[in-house]
Amino acid sequence: MKCDKCDQPATVHLIEIVNGKKIEKHLCEKHAVEEGVTVKMTAAPINDLLEKFVMKQTGEAETVERQACESCGLTWDQFRKRGLLGCPGCYRVFADQLMPLLERAHEGSNQHVGKAPRCAGAGELRQQRLMQLRRELDQAVAAEQYERAAALRDEVDHLEQDDT
Amino acid sequence: MPEHTDRASDWMKGDGPFSDVVMSSRVRLARNLAGFPFLSKTSATQRREIACACRDHLMDSGIAESMLWVDLPDSSEMDRQILVERHLISRQHAKGGEPRGVAIALDESVSVMVNEEDHLRIGVLRSGMQLDDGFAHANQIDDLLEQRAGYAYSSRFGYLTACPTNVGSGIRISVMLHLPALVMTGEIEKVKQAANDMHLAVRGFHGEGTEATGDLYQISNQTTLGRTEQEMLADFQREIIPKVIEYEHAARQAMADRRTYLLDDRIHRAQGVLTSARLLSSSEALALLSHLRLGVSMGRIADIELGLINELILLTQPAHLQRIAGGRLDGEQRREFRAEFVRRRLTGG
Ligand SMILES: [Zn+2]
Ligand SMILES: [Zn+2]
Repeated sequence: MKCDKCDQPATVHLIEIVNGKKIEKHLCEKHAVEEGVTVKMTAAPINDLLEKFVMKQTGEAETVERQACESCGLTWDQFRKRGLLGCPGCYRVFADQLMPLLERAHEGSNQHVGKAPRCAGAGELRQQRLMQLRRELDQAVAAEQYERAAALRDEVDHLEQDDT
Repeated sequence: MPEHTDRASDWMKGDGPFSDVVMSSRVRLARNLAGFPFLSKTSATQRREIACACRDHLMDSGIAESMLWVDLPDSSEMDRQILVERHLISRQHAKGGEPRGVAIALDESVSVMVNEEDHLRIGVLRSGMQLDDGFAHANQIDDLLEQRAGYAYSSRFGYLTACPTNVGSGIRISVMLHLPALVMTGEIEKVKQAANDMHLAVRGFHGEGTEATGDLYQISNQTTLGRTEQEMLADFQREIIPKVIEYEHAARQAMADRRTYLLDDRIHRAQGVLTSARLLSSSEALALLSHLRLGVSMGRIADIELGLINELILLTQPAHLQRIAGGRLDGEQRREFRAEFVRRRLTGG
């Protein structure tokens, strides 16, 4: 793909949402700098960050957009529109895409160093399992499968008790 | 509802350290329960379940001697507005009908929002510059809650929050500053620029997305990942806020030395209008109270307590004013009642 402004190959692909409309820009290195899209940004509000999010073409942009979190169903595209993740699992599923965003929002950092819950670490798998169970429970209730719901409820309670 | 909506909360009394410049200190921790989606992806049932679980944890954890739970969908619009004006809930939290609420300690030093952007937003408020104390309290509440509620946490990203801008420590440290002399001298722009360069947010009296009115500015951190709570606190406590206080003090001194008449004119004009006007809008009242506050804290006006001015800043807001009047007032009636109320309180009548 060629740059919008000259014949050089476009290396920077910018998707901006302006007033709800998606505007795409494809630029070469030089014009990207001129347009100011590759300058290092200071911490900006998340929406600003997302709207100006520069995605280097990797050929998998499309699949990334449609990739969904298996726990909550959120797609990367939905996240970019609202700026909110759907569940704790999203941080794992979208870790690669979140990394540059986190670094820009947090002065270059992508690793937690502060306070940790006393029982940290051991709980992460159980948290995922709990979420899965709750989702099935919700579906069972919605489908009026009360016996199945009761069994799932027991399992949730059981796991929760282990938690504390 | 908090019992005494006709007077200020303790944290607004204006008796904390550096209260001539610092109105209040606030520490907020964002937390989510493990095993549930974040709020944008919860079903109605899950939302209710989260609200109930959080309420039970909050009421049973012995956080304060006496905790009040306010179910927001069941509250009147006026009550919710009162909570917003008292800084006990955010504007966003006052809206919408989904299950959500707030737990408030009786002295209003603690408010925990449930089902705002995150499942839990633990907030602690203090009068004047008391961030260390505020954080210690928030941290203690967090420990108590953690024993009952499992938090969504990963060793890589810390406490997991709906918005990635809060992830990590989930902490927001905010200090509400009264900076009238920096505004009068135009130096406030330099403060905003410096704050911006340091990755700090500068907001108005009412938080997110509001313009500064009454020369009140709220400075808070934006970075929550990769720095410990103690590092962030030390920055605020020992570097950032003392510098701004010093700057405001220097601007006040410069005004007093070089623009004496202008300064005294602003201060006494404000007192004059506040004690004799017959109609006052809320923004006019706030602007004048700001100048009066400056006069009092510089010792250029006697016989008025800082606490009274802080109280008037709170009570002249629309919902509080109507609560005091005992019923709904339209805009015109409010301006009239506000003028009378301020006049009465300032002249001791
Ligand atoms: Zn080009
Ligand atoms: Zn998810």
